[in-house]
Amino acid sequence: MILEPKTIFEKIWDSHVVKRADGYPDALFIDRHFIHEVTSPQAFDGLRKRGIGVFNTKRTTATADHNVPTKDQHLPIKEALSRRQVETLRTNCKDFGIELYDLGHPFQGIVHIIGPELGLTLPGMTIVCGDSHTSTHGAFGNIAFGIGTSEVEQVLGTQCVLQYKAKTMKIEINGTLGKGVVSKDIILYIISKISASGATGYFVEYTGDTIRKLSMEARMTICNMSIEMGARGGLIAPDETTFTYIKGRKFAPQGSAFDQAIEHWKKLRTDDGARYDKVLTFDAADIAPMITYGTNPGMGMKVTDRIPTLAELKEISEQASFKKSLDYMGLEPGTTLLGKAIDYVFIGSCTNARIEDLRLVATMVKGKKKASNVEVWIIPGSKQVEEQARKEGLDKIFETAGFELRSPGCSACLGMNEDKVPPGKYCISTSNRNFEGRQGPQSRTFLASPLSAAAAAITGRVTDVREMVL
Amino acid sequence: MSKDKFTTLKSQVVPLPSENIDTDQIIPARFLKATTREGFGDNLFRDWRYDPAGKPVKDFVLNNATWSGQILAAGKNFGSGSSREHAAWAIYDYGFRVVISSFFADIFKNNALNNGLLPVVVSDRFLKTLFDTLQQKPTTVITVDLEKQIVEVDGRKENFEINPYKKDCMINGYDDIDYLLSLKKEVNEFDLAHSSI
Ligand code: SF4
Repeated sequence: MILEPKTIFEKIWDSHVVKRADGYPDALFIDRHFIHEVTSPQAFDGLRKRGIGVFNTKRTTATADHNVPTKDQHLPIKEALSRRQVETLRTNCKDFGIELYDLGHPFQGIVHIIGPELGLTLPGMTIVCGDSHTSTHGAFGNIAFGIGTSEVEQVLGTQCVLQYKAKTMKIEINGTLGKGVVSKDIILYIISKISASGATGYFVEYTGDTIRKLSMEARMTICNMSIEMGARGGLIAPDETTFTYIKGRKFAPQGSAFDQAIEHWKKLRTDDGARYDKVLTFDAADIAPMITYGTNPGMGMKVTDRIPTLAELKEISEQASFKKSLDYMGLEPGTTLLGKAIDYVFIGSCTNARIEDLRLVATMVKGKKKASNVEVWIIPGSKQVEEQARKEGLDKIFETAGFELRSPGCSACLGMNEDKVPPGKYCISTSNRNFEGRQGPQSRTFLASPLSAAAAAITGRVTDVREMVL
Repeated sequence: MSKDKFTTLKSQVVPLPSENIDTDQIIPARFLKATTREGFGDNLFRDWRYDPAGKPVKDFVLNNATWSGQILAAGKNFGSGSSREHAAWAIYDYGFRVVISSFFADIFKNNALNNGLLPVVVSDRFLKTLFDTLQQKPTTVITVDLEKQIVEVDGRKENFEINPYKKDCMINGYDDIDYLLSLKKEVNEFDLAHSSI
């Protein structure tokens, strides 16, 4: 029998379909479910109303991340509503028997950072979480996507979610990255090319030798921002880099079970001749350090470029939104951002708060001082990242530079907890979204790589990192 | 939870022609702290609707008596950004039952359908006609017929697509969990088969 060649996405998807019926979405079995305080309370409520429990508690892991302070985490959360949300999570996890990595727990952290570092995120799985950046986990060669709270309830109660299979898109990147260009720049570049809705309806597979050479952490940054171009998720087929990362992690298969798992994982690749619904190819040499200037992640450019003029826009219909966006940002069409003074630097979020990111920042700021006009927030993605950073003495490097390594959480990525950028202020941020008000009401966000953010922390301005001695 | 049944709606329309309205605009993150589904409508489009001091912004459509109705019409790529279902709850809680746009972000569309809010995708041209018509006559009543999958503005009709399963759910007011719970036996087998990971 000749089998139809399949993409890795189709292989994983098809092996998880519990039921496929005409006109119905697939009932997809979910291997791993992550939950957090913001999108789960109403789902637990729903279970109570229906009088059902959690299907398999071992497949669900909880943490508190969105709504937590990043200072004095040992004290009760000051803001009453935030406190109640975290307390509700505690009660729900206790009532339903779910493992919770609460504030102060050595495994606590941003949900998309702790999954991989604990070995809960593995190749070949289906993974969901009530959070769009669940796509991060796809870096390990699995199908990971964000869901809404109704779906959180579905997965808690039935271990399944009803979904239509997305179309497939291959994004291939080949070639060598230039100096000062890191994985965040790759993904910001791609989004700037295909727009914030350029991959809507697709599940992306990233391939090519540039991707193959990236570390797991760098791959996670890329998959993380798949959602910023509208994709349902993004994945990278597992390879030796993946296996090495997973080996020995807390909840990963151990010993002979690990060897067996690898045999299975090695088959998780797209067959020769498999068809994608869309294929895009990029050359790594074209990518430079990137920065966004507008209020959606597609509004990005090389840091040395200038903001387009209204006349340069492809569609006339875009002019009004474009103008509105620049007005919000306090920027003029046709100008460059280089040298623009900034007020805040935020290094953190599930996009760029892993240990490698902090190391990158440390190489840039070591022995230097932050500019006096900027406030710098550096927020590790997890307790384990924080511990590791302290072990390596990175906290000391940051301190000497004039800023403090705080405790883990989503922090200023979403302006929900205490860390907010004040109205009208400019923040260079390593997070993933530059929407109006995302980092606080009227805040203005420039998305960039950790390296570019670190450079800006030192100069106090939008800076081309290639001009800093590395 | 099961929702109201939906078959046909005749209503005035509230227009919001901006494109790329993301879920942070629909409901800013700082209002996501509730632990129930109700009450989010008060903060729908919060930062467009109220100034920083909390005073209603006069010109904003929700504060402007010219506009009312259970249908929201919005520019292309509505509901992008965060997967927060709160966006759909807020729109529903405010009193809308239908959102019309020429393009919806995937997760938003799903969330809307799961919460009894009907996303209607129309062509760019039809959307423009709708906005133009509303500009001229804000009290225009339009019809959204889910059974026939037709939206009608001033005699001009357009068909819209909806997945047959979701259509059934909307018309009958039942939800996904009812269906998934009926698959329990099959899921149990899967749970065992996938237990090695
Ligand atoms: S860090 Fe930001 S994007 Fe990531 S999970 Fe937290 S809020 Fe969402």
